[in-house]
Amino acid sequence: MSETTDREMIRVEGLCKSYGSLEVLKEVDLSVKKGEIISIIGPSGSGKSTFLRSLIHLEEASAGSILIEGEAVRRADNKSVPDAKIRQHCRKLGMVFQNFNLFPHKTALGNVMEGPVTVLKKSRADAEREARALLDKVGLAGQAMQYPCTLSGGQKQRVAIARALAMEPDIMLFDEPTSALDPELIGEVLAVIKALAEEHMTMLVVTHEMGFAREVSDQVIFMDEGRILEMAPPDKIFTSPDHPRIRTFLDKMI
Amino acid sequence: MSYLIKSAQYILEGGAVTLKLFFITLAFSLPLGFVCAMAKTSRIRAVRIVMELYTSIVRGTPLLLQIFFVYYGLPILLPGLRLERFSAAALTFVLNYGAYFTEIFRGGIQSIDRGQYEASRVLGMSYVQTMTRIVLPQTIKRVLPPVANEAITLVKDTALVVVLGIGDILRNSKEIVSRDFTIVPFVIAAGVYLLMNYGVVLFFKKLEQRYSVYE
Ligand SMILES: Nc1ncnc2c1ncn2[C@@H]1O[C@H](COP(=O)(O)OP(=O)(O)OP(=O)(O)O)[C@@H](O)[C@H]1O
Ligand SMILES: [Mg+2]
Repeated sequence: MSETTDREMIRVEGLCKSYGSLEVLKEVDLSVKKGEIISIIGPSGSGKSTFLRSLIHLEEASAGSILIEGEAVRRADNKSVPDAKIRQHCRKLGMVFQNFNLFPHKTALGNVMEGPVTVLKKSRADAEREARALLDKVGLAGQAMQYPCTLSGGQKQRVAIARALAMEPDIMLFDEPTSALDPELIGEVLAVIKALAEEHMTMLVVTHEMGFAREVSDQVIFMDEGRILEMAPPDKIFTSPDHPRIRTFLDKMI
Repeated sequence: MSYLIKSAQYILEGGAVTLKLFFITLAFSLPLGFVCAMAKTSRIRAVRIVMELYTSIVRGTPLLLQIFFVYYGLPILLPGLRLERFSAAALTFVLNYGAYFTEIFRGGIQSIDRGQYEASRVLGMSYVQTMTRIVLPQTIKRVLPPVANEAITLVKDTALVVVLGIGDILRNSKEIVSRDFTIVPFVIAAGVYLLMNYGVVLFFKKLEQRYSVYE
């Protein structure tokens, strides 16, 4: 459990997203406070990824509003926000993908340095010092000069986490960070995320790891057919959810 | 013996012209191909259509015809626009190879996984930064083999400029052959072309080795 303050980091209201006639998100509302750790669970195709991706503007929502630390990156009145502004505000969010998406032509160190050097315009020396410290933090100090193709899945995902952290985000988004990993490698990645939780990083984690969700989250969101069916502390969701649908889902998971 | 050396010397003088055309063509058609490949994957439809016209016309008609068109045709179409022979040849080669490189690079760019763009985007990189720092470097590795093939073809295609009477390897050897009635100059010319292509192959092999550190 982490300490949360009342500062609102993300505010989403009436968020909708359609692909053609397929409505993937239907009027989603959410408020995330500083330091809060929220897990998002739910059946495949329920819109979990689409929701995270809309927050960081990898998907353009069809309606609703998104505020990141009070700044609009999507307006309820559908007036467009300039792309430079969106990129600036979305920089407060870091994202980790299921498939890592590391840059194959750069070493682990190069991957972590890329954002600070190219976007934040840091000097290579500063960026390298910080990147090495981050790689050390995720337990990969010895792999700094290795290319992604020589790393295991768990190592790749830890580099990806370090790469996101190098941008000094206030909020971290994880989309099934362990789903592409061999079972024996899941633990090392979850340990890194737990360490972030202990530092009170604000986090949204889409996951199928129920034990992890139960252990670290302040709130668990159950998504179903594009809606937040229930949002509650883990004890409530995992022991006495309001909706029978959640019970059925959890029984199938175990 | 001195006859052989003299012939070889004359043919090699033509080799300088051939090399000049080879390097000018690569120096301009490679960047042209990169720019056009980006234009061809652009979101603007009109831009894509123009690029499609360019590549299909150039790749669908003989290079020899294009050389004639630029040298003899353009002055008729636009009086006053008479290019000097070598310039006409160079311009044609640049436009021609630019079209082939456009297609090669377009394929390379499109083979880059969407996740690379998304990872760049969430780091806050702009489109230009994403292309120059992430997409193009990976594209170069993937297009090296087809680009090497084009470079080999280019060495041989340069011989087409004899039709404009430019003194390249082929024309200079042919001159000696007609004058002295011997095939030795042709053998020398073949050797020079082979040697040039050997250089091209070696160069690309080295480059591929350099890029083989990843994936
Ligand atoms: N680019 C797209 N075009 C069309 N439909 C899409 C697209 N992306 C997602 N969808 C659809 O949107 C719905 C929600 O997808 P999403 O990936 O958000 O689900 P999810 O909850 O993350 O599922 P999973 O647990 O399988 O990752 C699915 O029905 C999916 O087929
Ligand atoms: Mg998903």
